[in-house]
Amino acid sequence: MRLLRPAAVVWLFTTVLAAQAPTTPLGIGRRATPDEIRAIDIDAAPDGHGLPEGKGTAASGSTIYAAKCAGCHGAKGEGGSAERLVGLNAGGSFAYAIDGKLIRTVGSYWPYATTLYDYTYRAMPFTQPGTLTPDETYSLVAYVLSLNGVIPEGAVMDKATLPKVTMPAHDHFVPDNRKGGPAVK
Amino acid sequence: MARSLSRRRALIAGAAGLVGAIAHPLAGQTADQAARARVPADPTKTQGAGGTDVGSRSPFETPKRISQGGGPRRNATQTPLQDLTGIITPADLHYERHHAGVPAIDPAQYTLLIHGMVERPTVFTLADLKRFPGKSIIRFLECSGNGGRAYRREAQDIEVSPQQIDGLTSTSEWTGVPLATLFREVGASPKATWFLAEAMDAAVMTRSVPMEKAFDDALIAYGQNGEALRPEQGYPARLFLPGFEGSSNVKWIRRIELADRPFMTREETSKYTDPLPDGTARMFSFVMDAKSIITEPAFPDKLTGPGWWEIRGLAWSGRGRITRVDVSGDGGKTWQRATLDDPVLPKCHTRFRLPWKWTGGEAMLMSRATDETGYVQPTTAALLAARGPFTSYHFNNIRPWKVSADGSVRLAGGSV
Repeated sequence: MRLLRPAAVVWLFTTVLAAQAPTTPLGIGRRATPDEIRAIDIDAAPDGHGLPEGKGTAASGSTIYAAKCAGCHGAKGEGGSAERLVGLNAGGSFAYAIDGKLIRTVGSYWPYATTLYDYTYRAMPFTQPGTLTPDETYSLVAYVLSLNGVIPEGAVMDKATLPKVTMPAHDHFVPDNRKGGPAVK
Repeated sequence: MARSLSRRRALIAGAAGLVGAIAHPLAGQTADQAARARVPADPTKTQGAGGTDVGSRSPFETPKRISQGGGPRRNATQTPLQDLTGIITPADLHYERHHAGVPAIDPAQYTLLIHGMVERPTVFTLADLKRFPGKSIIRFLECSGNGGRAYRREAQDIEVSPQQIDGLTSTSEWTGVPLATLFREVGASPKATWFLAEAMDAAVMTRSVPMEKAFDDALIAYGQNGEALRPEQGYPARLFLPGFEGSSNVKWIRRIELADRPFMTREETSKYTDPLPDGTARMFSFVMDAKSIITEPAFPDKLTGPGWWEIRGLAWSGRGRITRVDVSGDGGKTWQRATLDDPVLPKCHTRFRLPWKWTGGEAMLMSRATDETGYVQPTTAALLAARGPFTSYHFNNIRPWKVSADGSVRLAGGSV
């Protein structure tokens, strides 16, 4: 057998590699079933996508709140070992950058009501995370929104009504305008 | 310099009760004193210790993370920047920030689900992730709350170390599979604009990230500094987004969902947003702007005498490479260009140095980083004007150190 010249070796080597270059998909991993997606697909978005069946009101929420939330967030959401949930700033002020005394609550700072559902359902109560049912969560959301004066006391929260709630802070949020370069923003 | 400075640090650590676990100091002993008792008078006359399965630091070296806020849960710990050389952070000293503690996860049970606007919703095991063509990159990771103690003016504490000011940044070599590879594998829809990243901790932590980042330089990382990720850093796999604020680099990642709008999670609305003086709040402020800090000399150092000292520190930018660092010894009146150690990598801690002759009087040391976009680290006054005194996050103003005539170094307070 003749020895290949170095140039030929390089040519052969690159050809073989190119012939084996991966094409997508590589076929690694396995197809997810609808059931296993449903089991952990718990997010709820501002357009209502992901909100489950179920409903609740401030009245049903107040009982659950007293049992599962008040210990950390205070009897009426005034805060405790965990953050304050209830309260508005005078005149609806959003001057957080220049006034260190303004309070950040669901009513004063949260831009989307669906976020309250999403977070409460996925991560609360702190000592028993992820144990609330959709009905309990809608109830707690209704209670906290009602305490903040964002919804009427008797309003029913469900997958149709919650995305329609407009939060007082909604219009204050803006996209990031920093782009690098010499400007300090 | 290093010896006199580190000895002072050891004494302070001993006084604070932060004594080394290896040397087992007795009451009233510093870690140095305890270690010294076990050192032979002449190491050339005694056979040394044998090899070990897992090494440990010299008992004379006891760098430690400290808790940021105190409190029992220690949900944020800071890297001892002043004790480190070079640019790499040892994995066991990488800063921590978690919202529901560090979960215990069996790698054999671990899966990552990618679904939503994809052709093929897919479940990947850890072995699957490791089978894909991989990539290693050296990049910093920083909490967007880092540096608040050098920004806020109210009751400012000037006796704070680099660790206490900026210890929520660390640099590692991260190894993993490019997220773009996984997105091609599952057939990501060209109409998808955002993806949700979700953790398997008790907070089931979630952030929305623009799809462009996935196709730029995002990784699903499983390696850190040559070994598996530490549990605190997301074991067995995490999202790593070079240059983006730490909280968007979701650890312990279990699920990614592609969509055509952001999900507006709690963290990206009510938490990691930045109020501005015009009555708005900035959302999705992902990129960490250029920043630097002098780590030596810095509190609690005390210069032992006039003469030549080396000013050392770290600079980094989430937008690319650091192109220069200027250092001032006179509070910003005059500046000198510092030397940058190789390698100077994009979105990575960069080590700078400058010889400095201390005349023995008062001095004000500053460092000012510039990145490849032309962005220059602002003064505190300039950042206060742009953001307001009570804004949250992204505090990248110049950190000034005041050197007193007795050689002690403290953060210069006020509106320097």
